[in-house]
Amino acid sequence: MRRTLIGGIISAVTVSALVAGCSSSGGSGETASGGPKTIKLWTHAAGNPEELATVQKVINDFNASQKAYKVVHEAFPQGAYNDAVTGAAVSGKLPCLLDVDGPAVPNWAWAKYLAPLDLPAATVGKLLPSTVGRYKDTVYAVGYFDAAIGLYARRSVLTKNDIRIPTIDRPWTLAEFDDALVTLKNKGDYDYALDLGTGGGGEWWPYAFSPLLESFGGDLIDRSSMTTAEGRLNGPEAVKWGQWWQSLFTRKLANSREATDRVAFLKGEAALAWNGNWGAADAQKAYGDDLLFLPPPDLGKGPKIGGASWQWSITNSCPDQDGARKYLEFSLNPRYLAEFSDKIGLIPATEEAAALTEKYRTGGDLRAFSDFSRKFALVRPPTPAYPKISSAFEKAAQDIMNGAPVKTSLDTAVDQIDGDISSNGNYGF
Amino acid sequence: MVVTTRARDRATERPAHAGGRNRRRTDSRTAALMTAPAVVLLALFIAVPVVLAFSLSFTNSRLISRDPARPVGAQNFDRLLGVSILEQHKAPGAADFPPVRDYTKRGSGHPQYEEKSVLFTVDSGDERTVVLAGDPTFWKSLRNTFLFALVVVPVQGGLGLALALLVNQRLRGIRIFRTIYFMPVVTSMVVVSILWRFIYQPNGLINSMLGTLTLGSWDAVDWLGNPHTALPAIMLMSVWQGVGFHMVIWLAGLQTIPPSLYEAAAIDGADRRQMFRLVTWPCLRPTRVFVMVTITLAALGLFTQIDVMTQGGPLDATTTVVYHAVRKGFREQQIGYGAAISLVFFVLVLGVSLIQRRMLRERS
Repeated sequence: MRRTLIGGIISAVTVSALVAGCSSSGGSGETASGGPKTIKLWTHAAGNPEELATVQKVINDFNASQKAYKVVHEAFPQGAYNDAVTGAAVSGKLPCLLDVDGPAVPNWAWAKYLAPLDLPAATVGKLLPSTVGRYKDTVYAVGYFDAAIGLYARRSVLTKNDIRIPTIDRPWTLAEFDDALVTLKNKGDYDYALDLGTGGGGEWWPYAFSPLLESFGGDLIDRSSMTTAEGRLNGPEAVKWGQWWQSLFTRKLANSREATDRVAFLKGEAALAWNGNWGAADAQKAYGDDLLFLPPPDLGKGPKIGGASWQWSITNSCPDQDGARKYLEFSLNPRYLAEFSDKIGLIPATEEAAALTEKYRTGGDLRAFSDFSRKFALVRPPTPAYPKISSAFEKAAQDIMNGAPVKTSLDTAVDQIDGDISSNGNYGF
Repeated sequence: MVVTTRARDRATERPAHAGGRNRRRTDSRTAALMTAPAVVLLALFIAVPVVLAFSLSFTNSRLISRDPARPVGAQNFDRLLGVSILEQHKAPGAADFPPVRDYTKRGSGHPQYEEKSVLFTVDSGDERTVVLAGDPTFWKSLRNTFLFALVVVPVQGGLGLALALLVNQRLRGIRIFRTIYFMPVVTSMVVVSILWRFIYQPNGLINSMLGTLTLGSWDAVDWLGNPHTALPAIMLMSVWQGVGFHMVIWLAGLQTIPPSLYEAAAIDGADRRQMFRLVTWPCLRPTRVFVMVTITLAALGLFTQIDVMTQGGPLDATTTVVYHAVRKGFREQQIGYGAAISLVFFVLVLGVSLIQRRMLRERS
């Protein structure tokens, strides 16, 4: 008797929860009696008023430009965005248009959240390669902009210490870079030679630091097969990277416990900073003309930086993929790309758009970053295993920084990544 | 737990003449009606997730996947709990022991060691015992979680009682002190954690203070960056944040003790210490149970501080079971494995609660 009562309550609750879950949907494609078809769009930009306003402007212009479709947007804070998408995907409530963080594109494409974009090759060809999200050679997402990392420095400081100012054609070599750090540290004017942003968490680690590993000749995974990290993440080059990385902290050239805000360089506590173009405005405010954006060092196999920022995609469950595609093509107008760049400071995805901006046109203040992106950007491995790779690399890099044995830490990361790949049937590779 | 205790007390207090069959039936119907909201909520937020976690933990379910979850038997538990011991011998004249990776690498032909990593090693001369685990971070998380509870439960409970005794006096302005002690409780743990991150920095408040006090001879300690100090630092902060809440609970308990008992004790010639031992302490029993149980549960669920302050580092010194489950389940998207961690943890916490219940019951 009691058992059936409790059972009844539980099933009633589950059923009502399910019903509630389904009824509150509101997917796209609802036609308001003959009016335009509604296309839902989700963006992560709720916490960034300028970006959101620009998205809104594109949407308004698109809605005014034609009568067949009406795009409506919903904005989420970045921290909760991926969870919202996953939740919606599980319950079948994804909107038509989604913005996606670059490294997540292959994962979502593999999971069949995303549909191939099928944009004209000419349109995709104009974009910076790192703004195009691919999985197995199919384009699933395109971005309006990319970010790039460089070394922030001050001309006066380098000249005073007789350090050569590197150029994009002749960046610092490993020896030069290391000597520069030691010199700057030994001069005693600074607590640390280099501000790396070690206080950042999560994706910052693989984004900012795996390119250093790649410049040494290692990698996060064997990109030719995408099925193992063995020999790439724990090979001799990777071990060399790990030893150098660890030595940055044991030699006190860099601080392993930085605060989350990147102020060490701005406050003169560190001589150099490894930072993205989004920090450029603050640095310019602090140092004006003395500020330099130096290319990433060549640690052996050429300078490397991370690529891929937020990108736009169309979901598989979207009933009006044509409409969504029309919106995407409309939004790739150089005028909008330039506006995004002006508003949020990132690198516009096309040359045409860059020419329309104050900062990234030839001769502009931040032109260097757009050159770094074009020449040195390497996307994070486009595989659904990336979330695991990202987490394993972050842990290995942090452990090594904190003094763990280099080879063992890298081996552990490799074992974890390979275990994940094999237990998922090689993710379709 | 307290609710059930109280309910039982009330049931025994019921006057005997209120019996009668009909009356009892109406009573039980009313009781069912009254408990329905709580039962529904418990079912929805406790029973359903537990059942889900249980079923997920035997699958390879992923957060994001194109393939439906497949049952994998006890594979998740094998990986989670699997431990094996490798005895190594240093060959005469060899500089070091043979690399463990020759055994743990996939396809190396030692199935009991493959895909395991070193948990710890014990050396004695030319012999080395290597303890390998499928998920060493889980064992470290378990150690940290219980260490945290072992320290925080008595310290926070005891300190809460001490503060409650202090602020239970009839003095002018005592409310101000009560408010001050209670303030951290109403502040969000995330905010508190961010603030303490600054306080613990090498150039933060604590180091500067110690530097000033010792006239500059203090070597700044990186409290959260040092594997030896990181967990104690988080313990200290957590106690500081949580102690106000338990002070209030103790205070409520203290104020239920009838003053007549103290008066009687005074007449009997008891001194203050005897009053505390023979009146206050026994009268606080229900409060004690509540405080013990709530601190234990909160301590075992340690997550927010770790997520904000250390992300489990340095070198796994502060990783906890809940943090590990979240990391595996969400960040690495292995929901099935995360569910297995949660399930093992659920069983452990249940065990702790049962032991605690028994201990507290026996004393009565």
